[in-house]
Amino acid sequence: MESQKNVLSILVNNKLDVLARISGTFSARNVNIESISANTTMDPERTRIIITAMGDNAAMEKIVKQIARLVDVIEARNLAGIMAVTREMVLVRLDWSKRENRREIEMLAERKGWKILSADERNCILEITGENGLLMEEVMGLHRFGLEDFTRTGVVAIEKGL
Amino acid sequence: MKATGSQILFRALEEEGVDVIFGYPGGAVIGIYDELFRQKVRHILVRHEQGAIHAADGYARASGKVGVCLVTSGPGATNTVTGIANAYLDSIPVVIFTGQVSTNLIGSDAFQEVDITGITRPCTKHNFLVRNVADLKRIVHESFMIARSGRPGPVLVDLPKDVMQAETEDEEFPFNAAPPVERPLDQEVIAKAVEMIASARMPLIFSGGGVVYGNASEELRELAGVMGAPVTSSLMGLGAFPASDPLWLGMPGMHGTWAANTALVHCDLLLGIGVRFDDRVTSRVSAFAQNARIIHIDIDAASIDKIVRADLPIVAPSKNALSAIIAGLKATGYAPSDAVHDWRKQTILWKITHPLGYEKSGAIKPQYVVEKLYELSSGKAIVATEVGQNQMWGAQFYKYDEPNCFISSGGLGTMGFGFPAAIGAQAACPDRLVIDIAGDGSIQMNIQELGTAVQNKLPVKIAILNNSSLGMVRQWQEMFYQKRYSHTILDENPDFLKIAEAYGATGLRANKTSEVEEVIKKAFSTEGVVVMEFMVDPEESVYPFVKPGAPLCEMDLGPMADQAKKAA
Repeated sequence: MESQKNVLSILVNNKLDVLARISGTFSARNVNIESISANTTMDPERTRIIITAMGDNAAMEKIVKQIARLVDVIEARNLAGIMAVTREMVLVRLDWSKRENRREIEMLAERKGWKILSADERNCILEITGENGLLMEEVMGLHRFGLEDFTRTGVVAIEKGL
Repeated sequence: MKATGSQILFRALEEEGVDVIFGYPGGAVIGIYDELFRQKVRHILVRHEQGAIHAADGYARASGKVGVCLVTSGPGATNTVTGIANAYLDSIPVVIFTGQVSTNLIGSDAFQEVDITGITRPCTKHNFLVRNVADLKRIVHESFMIARSGRPGPVLVDLPKDVMQAETEDEEFPFNAAPPVERPLDQEVIAKAVEMIASARMPLIFSGGGVVYGNASEELRELAGVMGAPVTSSLMGLGAFPASDPLWLGMPGMHGTWAANTALVHCDLLLGIGVRFDDRVTSRVSAFAQNARIIHIDIDAASIDKIVRADLPIVAPSKNALSAIIAGLKATGYAPSDAVHDWRKQTILWKITHPLGYEKSGAIKPQYVVEKLYELSSGKAIVATEVGQNQMWGAQFYKYDEPNCFISSGGLGTMGFGFPAAIGAQAACPDRLVIDIAGDGSIQMNIQELGTAVQNKLPVKIAILNNSSLGMVRQWQEMFYQKRYSHTILDENPDFLKIAEAYGATGLRANKTSEVEEVIKKAFSTEGVVVMEFMVDPEESVYPFVKPGAPLCEMDLGPMADQAKKAA
């Protein structure tokens, strides 16, 4: 079966080992977690965990069922194929020493809606938010400005309201 | 009223109706054991913590109640891990209390410290580390609720020493540990199931542990009667349907009967109830029941479509689903069609032409011993088994007519399970005859529990089928490894009779077929623990045999083949 990208949205009780139970469910089924993000929800006792992973439908269906039956899991859903908005953020460090690059980066940032979070004589740090696939294309395009390093958050996702 | 953690623990256990604890003391639980000294609850001191968890498991299987074990931190806790995994794979409700070092020492590699909640996370239904005495009572009640509700399973509660010494108010427990709300049955799905059953020409019922532990044997029997359909049960499901009933086809799978496996090949409707389609049953999945539409009833949604895709999944307790289907069949005036009658007659014919059998010649045949155990106990014993050939012969040749009477490690296949599990079953059912069918290999894995059985006056009768080898592996080596018997020959076995006597039990041995009956009769009439040793044919193999990965229709019948030819 074909492997596809899945976005799992999991609502849990905010207990200290719940993440370990969930990640263990993936490793036990030989599926690698690609990205993860977790934080509390409108109810501070509950946490929303968003996990992205590659896997075929059958494997993901089994994982979702096994996660759903964990005691501290309130709800688990695969958002693949569901109307949902997904976003991921990247912090990028660029070479800022070449003056000719600075103007171009600033223009690019303004056009694309990126934020320059800090800049000194040597490097600058950009905040870029976008959808997973396109986002990395953009980041890779920054090599020409001396891309030094980047760090990515996990994907966050929310379903469109009814 | 002020109470310590230990006092609160025993109060909560009392509220849960716990009457037996299987355990072993140690440094981290010495305070709990000191409180136990003042308590009324029965504590059975084992000789190894693996014995405690298996005994709690056997207790749960025989009684239908939650089994409880109590061990110390570190090695005490890790010694229970095999038994926890065993209970997890067979969905048995047990609660394991482990001692833990004091909270200020957790994470410091303290003496006898292990992260037991971390270690057991993948093999418990849930586990808890109690950090505050104020949470203790709630957690104990929640652990029992979780262990027995839904698909049952083991729950571990880790008890740091300081938490158990701390004092708090022991107030009336606010019962927020209510079991999860059962979703009402989907009537449309039930109606669809009724329709599928009504249109089937060759229906087959396949029941499992979910019927035994879901307390649905009555409903299963009624449904089979209403449907007029033959029944096969997995190893875990034995006894839910009476083996003496004409509709009974025997166990399916790798060592299943000709009738059960052939029925699986030909049926056009398979009603799976509380089964998880283990690979030992399905063999080649793509060839499994390939002519059948499948209705799969299971309490756990994660079981549905895990191995075998269901045409109609019903996620519900087996008892509720079966009652609803029976009511539906009756309401629609269902009566088995001529096709169903013909199908049933066909399956009965398969039973007659291909019965389970063995060659009756020479040395004692292990199957004969099991047949005699059945006969001389009038089929009324609780039978535990170890794992391997003894387990398969115990499943094939003892006929189980009632649920909760066959106690065997189905999923994990734990050698050394049977004897401590039999001890637990005996503690649960003091008036019943409890037999452990063992091999000479398996019995040595927890033979120290003879001390437990003798000391606690739990008169288990152990039947060692001694073939001086690890028979099941030896059988595979014979079939698939050109008879290279690598490390499966136990030709320096101890004298089991002397071991029995050393522990204060009775030892009896049969060297010849003619002595078998006498040994069993004597064992059953002897008070206390008895070790029977039967010097069986070491060459004997378990048949029928479906090679792993082969379709179920490819059964090697061994010596039964000739018999079948004659009958045909």
